[in-house]
Amino acid sequence: MFRTLTLSAVAAFGFATAGLAAGAEGHIEDFDFSFEGPFGTYDQNQLQRGLQVYTEVCAACHGLKFVPIRSLAEEGGPNMPEDQVRAYAENFEVFDPELDDFRPAKTSDHFPESGLENAPDLSLMAKARAGFHGPYGLGINQFFKGIGGPEYIASLLTGYTGEEKEQAGVTFYENTAFPGGWISMAPPIYGEDVEYADGHENDLHHIAEDVSAFLMWTAEPKMMARKQAGFVGVLFLTLLSVLLYLTNKRIWAPVKGKKTS
Amino acid sequence: MAGIPHDHYEPKSNGEKWLASRLPIVGLLYDTLMIPTPKNLNWMWIWGIVLTFCLVLQIVTGIVLVMHYTPHVDMAFSSVEHIMRNVNGGYMLRYMHQNGASLFFIAVYAHIFRGLYYGSYKAPREITWIIGMLIYLMMMGTAFMGYVLPWGQMSFWGATVITGLFGAIPFVGEALQTWLLGGPAVDNATLNRFFSLHYLLPFVIAGLVIVHIWAFHTTGNNNPTGVEVRRTSKEEAEKDTLPFWPYFVIKDLFALAVILAVFFAIVGFMPNYLGHPDNYIEANPLATPAHIVPEWYFLPFYAILRAFTGEVWVVQIASFFTGGIIDAKFFGVLAMFGAIAVMALAPWLDTSSVRSGRYRPMFKWWFALLVIDFFALMWLGAMPAEEPYATFSLIASAYWFAYFLVILPLLGVMEKPLARPDTIEEDFAAHYPKSSDATPAE
Repeated sequence: MFRTLTLSAVAAFGFATAGLAAGAEGHIEDFDFSFEGPFGTYDQNQLQRGLQVYTEVCAACHGLKFVPIRSLAEEGGPNMPEDQVRAYAENFEVFDPELDDFRPAKTSDHFPESGLENAPDLSLMAKARAGFHGPYGLGINQFFKGIGGPEYIASLLTGYTGEEKEQAGVTFYENTAFPGGWISMAPPIYGEDVEYADGHENDLHHIAEDVSAFLMWTAEPKMMARKQAGFVGVLFLTLLSVLLYLTNKRIWAPVKGKKTS
Repeated sequence: MAGIPHDHYEPKSNGEKWLASRLPIVGLLYDTLMIPTPKNLNWMWIWGIVLTFCLVLQIVTGIVLVMHYTPHVDMAFSSVEHIMRNVNGGYMLRYMHQNGASLFFIAVYAHIFRGLYYGSYKAPREITWIIGMLIYLMMMGTAFMGYVLPWGQMSFWGATVITGLFGAIPFVGEALQTWLLGGPAVDNATLNRFFSLHYLLPFVIAGLVIVHIWAFHTTGNNNPTGVEVRRTSKEEAEKDTLPFWPYFVIKDLFALAVILAVFFAIVGFMPNYLGHPDNYIEANPLATPAHIVPEWYFLPFYAILRAFTGEVWVVQIASFFTGGIIDAKFFGVLAMFGAIAVMALAPWLDTSSVRSGRYRPMFKWWFALLVIDFFALMWLGAMPAEEPYATFSLIASAYWFAYFLVILPLLGVMEKPLARPDTIEEDFAAHYPKSSDATPAE
């Protein structure tokens, strides 16, 4: 009785408690990202392409204030050479309270904050948004396909229908992924907005995918190290479980009247 | 200890005797570790160790997190990001602490429902049960305040909603709420006191855990049959029990290792699955999230809180007879705390003389329904407050109270229990037929 109950409780638990967010009512497309699943990793080339999209397009309005520029050189991230990172940093002007003036950014600085007041910071956007968490709020979809933050971003970037409307002097653009259907951000990319040095395809779909992957990295820069730690942990604990199982069996064998093997 | 006859520690060498006559600490540890434990305990008796581990895990990871965290409204959110990005292994510490809370609550719910099924709350273990309920309440307080510390949107708005509950108390509510928050709204003063209490309460919990263990080491463990260990002679007691070390220590450690393997998989591969995406947005008092949802472990009680709206006749009657002092909001608050109170009163509400649900044919089904009800409430707590969820919540809440206030008292009178084994030895022998001619390795 109790065993059946426990099992059904465990099963029910998995579904009842999952990502209870009512993240987006919009339609979230499923994208295939390289970092999905327990063994998924970041694609360094994709992160570098995404950085390029961010720099040339998004950075005009949005910031990444929690991301230190130096982390572009990190192995679990874009893994750029130090000198490239140093050169990249000089693209940005930051205010230095010691100089009481603006100066070119150094690698130890963070990316600048959003330049536009109503443009949200993008550092954590890929974790602050979610895909479909249902059905019935049970989180089953997210259990198998991930929370869906990067999918949300990519869907949003590719979800413009071309319709516009004006309300109280503000232009809204129809978007299939945005909750409510109308967003005040004008379509930022149309395809072929950037020219990739590696000759990678630069249609709308690919650009959206690249920048979403990059934003997943800015939100979760230690993902690869974390998955590795998780893998080692699971492996070690499984081994420990087996040893403890055998020990337990042996200790109890004389009590339970079974043969000690 | 335990009133169960067993061997005690005898100091042998001069050094041991010297210490024992001054501080009998070795004897205390020996008696604690070698306590005679019913040998028929099943796998639902492992949660105590899991819970102890959780408390240690949370305290250890928490203390290290505090070294890098800044409790200030302008810096709390970015200091958490600092932990996630710059502190060595910080992302693991933070994710373990965050998901550790979930593991803690999974274990405590399993532990509580174990107690409810096997009648562990019944005499003479009422004090153990009450202390356990106090620990559970403190855990909820600690978890709630801990969730505020990262200062995300859900932190802020969760704190606003929950402290608002105290504002619903008639006459003193508003003053009480202001006193709790340290101001008219959730702000820096709130964050600071929550931080202080979040650090303090786990140590109070640790103290209560010792009392909890002390209490059940005095009465002895319950077991799946609910039949007491024979205490008439040491020989008989030894047929019913085995020492905690090594039999149950190794068994519990095995279970813990399996559970931790799953825990590590969640921390490593899907650490944000149980969280809410909105908490990765920095708190903004000017923007209310579309849905304010508490963490999963509060959802059943959150559903009960929301179930009693002004349209429910019980609420209307209460409001009428108290001249409006008990309004819908206050009724909801009373119901939420009442739901935990009735659970704490189970020892006196259950009239059955039979402890274990195993021998209670009718109780079994009502109990199964209670478990289903608990998960239903958990699901309903995450749903928006609209139909049909509101009606479902009301039905599910009503069952929660009915189970404790009506079904438990009535069943004891109506139900005809099944035959129970006379001794634990008999139950054990029924499971392991060859055990009767075996002797434990000493």
